[in-house]
Amino acid sequence: MKKRKKNRNVAIIGIGQTSLSSHKEDQNQVEMVQEAVINALQDANLTINDIDCIVHGNMELFEMQFAPDLWHSLGSGARGKDEYRLTTGGTVGMTLVCAADNLVASGLYDTVLAVSIQKLQEGNTTGGITNMADPLWFRNLQTGALTGTTATELINEFGEERAKRAAMKYRIMMDKHAMLNPRAHRRFGLEYEQGPDLAATSPQLVGELRLIHMCSQSDGACAMILTSEERAKKGTAKPPVWIRDHIQAHREETIPNLFGYVKPEMTHHYCARKLYERNGITDPVEYFDVFEMYDPSAWWAVDWLREFFLLKGDEHLQMLERGDFDLDGRIPINPSGGVIASNPISATAMLRAAEAALQIRGDAGPHQIKREVKHALASGFGGTFWTALMMLEKDLDWQEVENG
Amino acid sequence: MAAKKVAICAVAQHKNESDLWHKRFQGMLLDVLEDLQNQAEFDFNEETGVNTIVSCSDDFFDARTISNNGMTDVLGAHYRAEEKMAQEGLNAIGYAMSVILSGHGDLVLVMGHCKESQSESRNMITNMGFDPFYGRAVGLDYLNAAGLQARAYMTKAGVTDEHLARIVVRARQWAARNPYANAREIVEGGKVMASPMLCDPIRQLHAYPVSDGAVGMLLASEERAREFTKKPVWITGFANCMDSYFLGDRDLTSNFALKKAAERAYQKAGINDPKKAIDVVEVSDAYAYQQPLWMEGLGFSETGQGGRFIEEGGPEKYNVNLSGGMLAGNPMIISGLYRAAEAVLQLRGEAGDHQVPDAKRALAHSSYGAAGQFHSVLILEA
Repeated sequence: MKKRKKNRNVAIIGIGQTSLSSHKEDQNQVEMVQEAVINALQDANLTINDIDCIVHGNMELFEMQFAPDLWHSLGSGARGKDEYRLTTGGTVGMTLVCAADNLVASGLYDTVLAVSIQKLQEGNTTGGITNMADPLWFRNLQTGALTGTTATELINEFGEERAKRAAMKYRIMMDKHAMLNPRAHRRFGLEYEQGPDLAATSPQLVGELRLIHMCSQSDGACAMILTSEERAKKGTAKPPVWIRDHIQAHREETIPNLFGYVKPEMTHHYCARKLYERNGITDPVEYFDVFEMYDPSAWWAVDWLREFFLLKGDEHLQMLERGDFDLDGRIPINPSGGVIASNPISATAMLRAAEAALQIRGDAGPHQIKREVKHALASGFGGTFWTALMMLEKDLDWQEVENG
Repeated sequence: MAAKKVAICAVAQHKNESDLWHKRFQGMLLDVLEDLQNQAEFDFNEETGVNTIVSCSDDFFDARTISNNGMTDVLGAHYRAEEKMAQEGLNAIGYAMSVILSGHGDLVLVMGHCKESQSESRNMITNMGFDPFYGRAVGLDYLNAAGLQARAYMTKAGVTDEHLARIVVRARQWAARNPYANAREIVEGGKVMASPMLCDPIRQLHAYPVSDGAVGMLLASEERAREFTKKPVWITGFANCMDSYFLGDRDLTSNFALKKAAERAYQKAGINDPKKAIDVVEVSDAYAYQQPLWMEGLGFSETGQGGRFIEEGGPEKYNVNLSGGMLAGNPMIISGLYRAAEAVLQLRGEAGDHQVPDAKRALAHSSYGAAGQFHSVLILEA
């Protein structure tokens, strides 16, 4: 698009989450949706009557509920309202925030509630993900979301010892963050000294991708309330967080190295490059104060940090080794504990945007970054290397950049 | 409605067929895409091409988790944004409009598909639409939920088996003129009334036939519409609405959700009296009884007067479903996209043998969920 100009600004004014766990035996899907929605409404000091439109997301083949928004409407409060249901795989949570942003910015609705839910205990997660692959070509090769190739690539590029150490450093850092987040699902209390031992003894899933590196299967729901600048400026219960821009990109499912190895640009890199370019950001590490990244495994996370921050060579490993990504580091990654700690698939990417917004508001709780957070980045991941990336701001003071 | 407008610049329909066993859905979508590209010159250039694709499909009907994963390359979503509308397809148009009005895109492709023939049975899938505790266990599906609604409505509105036969006979007569329709054979009223009972009072010929199909559309901002067509069709109103979930919590004949959706769409389009303002109506009549019921909800028939509406030739008077409608066969998930595509053809004067002279404003409707829990209404203008 040549000239990109948002029709009007959009603010996040309400955030609600359920706790995240492996088995929410005490709640059905509707009750989880309702809990997230009520938490978001209370956070924004609004009632359901203030909401013009609901956006719903749930990957239905995990729970095997056809058209789940219809049943979930009992908890989302959609009766009598406009409602949309969008799904894009793992990215769905971020797609919903993008969609709510679009719906408000378009002028069609003033206040939109986005809600996402997944209850993975009710289905077979790896079976479900495997089922996304083409039945003729790839399904017999697919192992759910478990992929060992990145570990191999990192080991080849940086040597076994350094690569394995980096993956475990990242993994234990995430656990340390999760220990501070009372809502996180997996909180082990790991120490960095345990790294080498865990890297050697944790059960192997695929190659050097071990159980300890991989994200969880979680139950959880998340809701966010977005409103227009006009509405937000009339007063909000909590400080509004502004959505500066978002971008989504897919890549076709064909595995490029199946017929000759050509490494294409990763969508993480593509989205980051485009987003920074059109917003005039030359040094993302310097600009952003926090990054909530969709990190399905420690190996992917380490690799993707280079892509998202447009780093070269081993810059990302150096940063990781120096502690730049720690909670009190230069650019903290996932103060919430990230996806490795909690992964209710459809809600996961929305949790990234929600947690990034909480950091900007300064009320994330025990995992709040100590210094002021003004600029946040949040990502979603899904499908076959699809990316959704969003920029959040504390102040409505950025300059429109003339390109797109 | 925001000050700016959004145009539909091109529409393409795949012919509905009962069992397209020889074609994968990717192939169907590719045909639709090529049809669109033959009508309008567009590509996927980063600066000037399609920037967002809104797809529409269903994980259950495709039997694939993340069903849109299977065709992002066919849709040109390689390094582009693609979002899947996981409701009935008419909502994809409403959402695509918001993408353009928000300023995030100026050229959006809407692509929907469904192969109902692939599933063992539609009823098995729609049974999964009921909650796992109560509805699913007693065997509810969209057909028998419709049966409950049909009985309640026919009693209230004086609609008889003969009226339903009339609706089906008429649908087939119009479908015979629509090259994209599935069930195009003319039927006699007697044959309709003698067709097997599926779920009392719904007979086999009262129900939409299993169909495979695909629809594509190109939407553009007001500034760019004329780059792609000389005959843009403008979206002037869109709204949808949700009703309560449990059948027992609803008055199945009240049209609660449809009335609200229509009211909101009319308000956006500045319509006071739909009977005077709208020249063509495409309504999603999955079952014959729904045509008069939804026409009540849309304000073309008095409430509870569906029988009289049929008697007095309401469907003919208001140019309802000249495409043959859903009774001539569309997949449930994209029936609204077919309705909208037909409405666009009418407004462009390209509806062939079923063209209404000088149509200026059209309405496309869709329903989603058991017994019409959710409705969407789109208003289009030439």
